[in-house]
Amino acid sequence: MSRLDVRKTYKLYIGGAFPRSESGHTYEVSDTKGRFLANAAKASRKDARDAVVAARKAFGGWAGRTPYNRGQILYRVAEMIEGRHEQFTADVVAAEGLTKAQAAKVVDAAIDRWVWYAGWADKLAQVTGNANQVAGPFFNLSSPEPTGVVAVAAPADDSLLGLVSVLAPVIVSGNTAVVVTSYERPLAAVTLSEVLATSDVPGGVVNVLTGDVAELGPWLAAHLDVNALDLTGVTDADLATTLEAEAAVNLKRVLRPSAPDWTAEPSIARMTAFLETKTVWHPVGV
Amino acid sequence: MLGSAADVRTVLGDLSGVDQVGLEARAAALATRSIKKDAKRTAIDLAISMVDLTTLEGADTPGKVRSLAAKALRPDPSDATCPQVAAVCVYPDLVATAREALGDAPVGVASVATAFPSGRAALPIKIADTENAVAAGASEIDMVIDRGAFLAGDLLKVYEEIVAVRAACERRDGTRAHLKVILETGELATYDNVRRASWLAMLAGADFIKTSTGKVAPAATLPVTLLMLEAVRDFRDTFGVQVGVKPAGGIRTTKDAIKYLVTVNETAGVDWMTPTWFRFGASSLLNDLLMQRQKLETGRYAGPDYVTID
Repeated sequence: MSRLDVRKTYKLYIGGAFPRSESGHTYEVSDTKGRFLANAAKASRKDARDAVVAARKAFGGWAGRTPYNRGQILYRVAEMIEGRHEQFTADVVAAEGLTKAQAAKVVDAAIDRWVWYAGWADKLAQVTGNANQVAGPFFNLSSPEPTGVVAVAAPADDSLLGLVSVLAPVIVSGNTAVVVTSYERPLAAVTLSEVLATSDVPGGVVNVLTGDVAELGPWLAAHLDVNALDLTGVTDADLATTLEAEAAVNLKRVLRPSAPDWTAEPSIARMTAFLETKTVWHPVGV
Repeated sequence: MLGSAADVRTVLGDLSGVDQVGLEARAAALATRSIKKDAKRTAIDLAISMVDLTTLEGADTPGKVRSLAAKALRPDPSDATCPQVAAVCVYPDLVATAREALGDAPVGVASVATAFPSGRAALPIKIADTENAVAAGASEIDMVIDRGAFLAGDLLKVYEEIVAVRAACERRDGTRAHLKVILETGELATYDNVRRASWLAMLAGADFIKTSTGKVAPAATLPVTLLMLEAVRDFRDTFGVQVGVKPAGGIRTTKDAIKYLVTVNETAGVDWMTPTWFRFGASSLLNDLLMQRQKLETGRYAGPDYVTID
C-alpha cells in the first residue's frame, strides 16, 4: 500500500517557540530542479519585531552565563547536529544539488565549524582582552563584552555551512541573534532551529526568520533595539548600502564582508566584529 | 444618595447572572479588531492621557516618586506634542511629595488608602488613612473593598464602609476627592460576584470602579472589564449617574490598551472615552505606548533605550 505524502509547512523560530508568521503568509520551497520540497513561513516585519523583542529578552541571561557554560551549550548543539546528520545531509542535497557524499562532507564541515567556534567561548577574552600598562598605580584591564542583539542575513547560497559560519560567531560571545535565512534555501535553517529548540540554548538566543531579506532587512536595520547588523547574505549591493545607511541611525555595528569562502579556515574576525571592549581602572593595593 | 440598605438589597437581588461563555467570547471577539494608522495614533494618545502612572512598592522613595512625577508631566521629553498622563498613583505617605513635584499641572495625585492592598483593618483606621491622604493633597482615593466581608455575604458592611470612606474624602472647603473603589476581581471568584460588587460600589457612591490592586493574579482581564463596563452603562440607564472604570494590573502593551479602548467604545459608549471616565492603572504600559508612538512618528521600531527606566 502506498503512503500519502506528508507535505510539510514549516514555521518560524522565535523566543524558543515555533509560531506561524503573523501575516499568515507562506511560500513554496523547491529543490534545485524545481520540485516542491515544503512550504516555509514568510516572515513579516511584525515577526521581525517580535524576534527582536525575544532576542532582547534573552540577551541578559545569555550574556550573563559563564563563557565556559556557553561553550558547553554550543558543543551540545554540535552533538545534536551530528545526531541529525542524515536529515541535514538530505536538506543540503535538496537545497544545493550536491551528491549525497558531497553533502555529507558539507555537514561534517558545518559540525566542525560549530565545534571550532564553541571552543572559543572561554578563550576570546584571553586573546582580545588585555592587562594594559599604564603610567600610574592602576590595574587597567580591557575585556570583551557582547554587543547585544545582532540581526544576521544568512548567506543566500550556502544554506548550512554558511549559516553556521555566520551564526556561531555571533552567539558564542554572548550576543543574541535574529537570523533571516536564505530565501530560496531555508530548510537547513529550519532543521537547525529544531536542533536549537531541543538543545540547551535558551529560547530567544537564536531566532530564525524564513523570508525575504529585502523585505525584512530595512526594518531590522532601522530598528532602534538592534545593536549590530551582519549583511553577509545581502547580495544586492544597493540594498546593502541602504541598510548600512539605516543602521547608522543608532550607530549599529555593521559587518559587510565581500564574498566569503566558507570552506576556508575561519579567523576570529567574525567574533570580534560583534564585541565591545570594556576597560576598567582599579587602584593597585586596594 | 441612592437609598437605604433595603434598596441595595432590592437592586442587587434583581441582577441577573452572568453568561460566562458569552462574556468571554464577546471579549475575545472585541480583541480581534484591527486598529490602524490614524485611529491607532489617536488611540495611543488617548491611552497615554488615561494612564494612572503607578508605583506601589514597599521600596518607593521620594526620589522615585519625583522621577515618576516628572515622567507624568513630560512622558516623552523628545516630543512636546505627547499628552500628559491623567494622574500618578502612590501610597498615602508619598502624596505630598507627588503633589509638590507636580506643582499646578493638571495631573492628579491618586492615593491608595484603606489598608491597601488587603483592606484588613478596622473602619476607623481606614477612614484615618483616607483623611490623611486627602489632607496631603490627593485628588483621587483608590480604596479597596473588604473582600472577606463580601465573600462572607456581609454586603451591608461593604456598602457602609464605602459610604464612610466616601464621606472621608470630603475636604474642608466642601469639595471632595474622587473615590475609586477597587473590587479586586481576582479574589471575587465568579463573574456574578463582580457584577454584584460593581453595583454595590456604585450604589454606595463610587465615582470609579477599579478592577484590581495589581497585587493579586489575575489582575485586570478583558472579560472582567467588559462586565464592569456593562455595569456602569446599565447603572447610568437606571439611575442617571455616570461612573468611571479603571482596569489595573497586567496591562503592559499598546495592543492590550487598544483592546480595552475598543471594548469601552463598544460597551459603555463614546461618553466613556475620556480620562474623566476611563483610566488605566499601569506602570510599564506607558513605556510601550511611548515606543509605539515613536514608531508611528519615525517609521522605525523604537527600543527601550529611548524611554526611561522606571
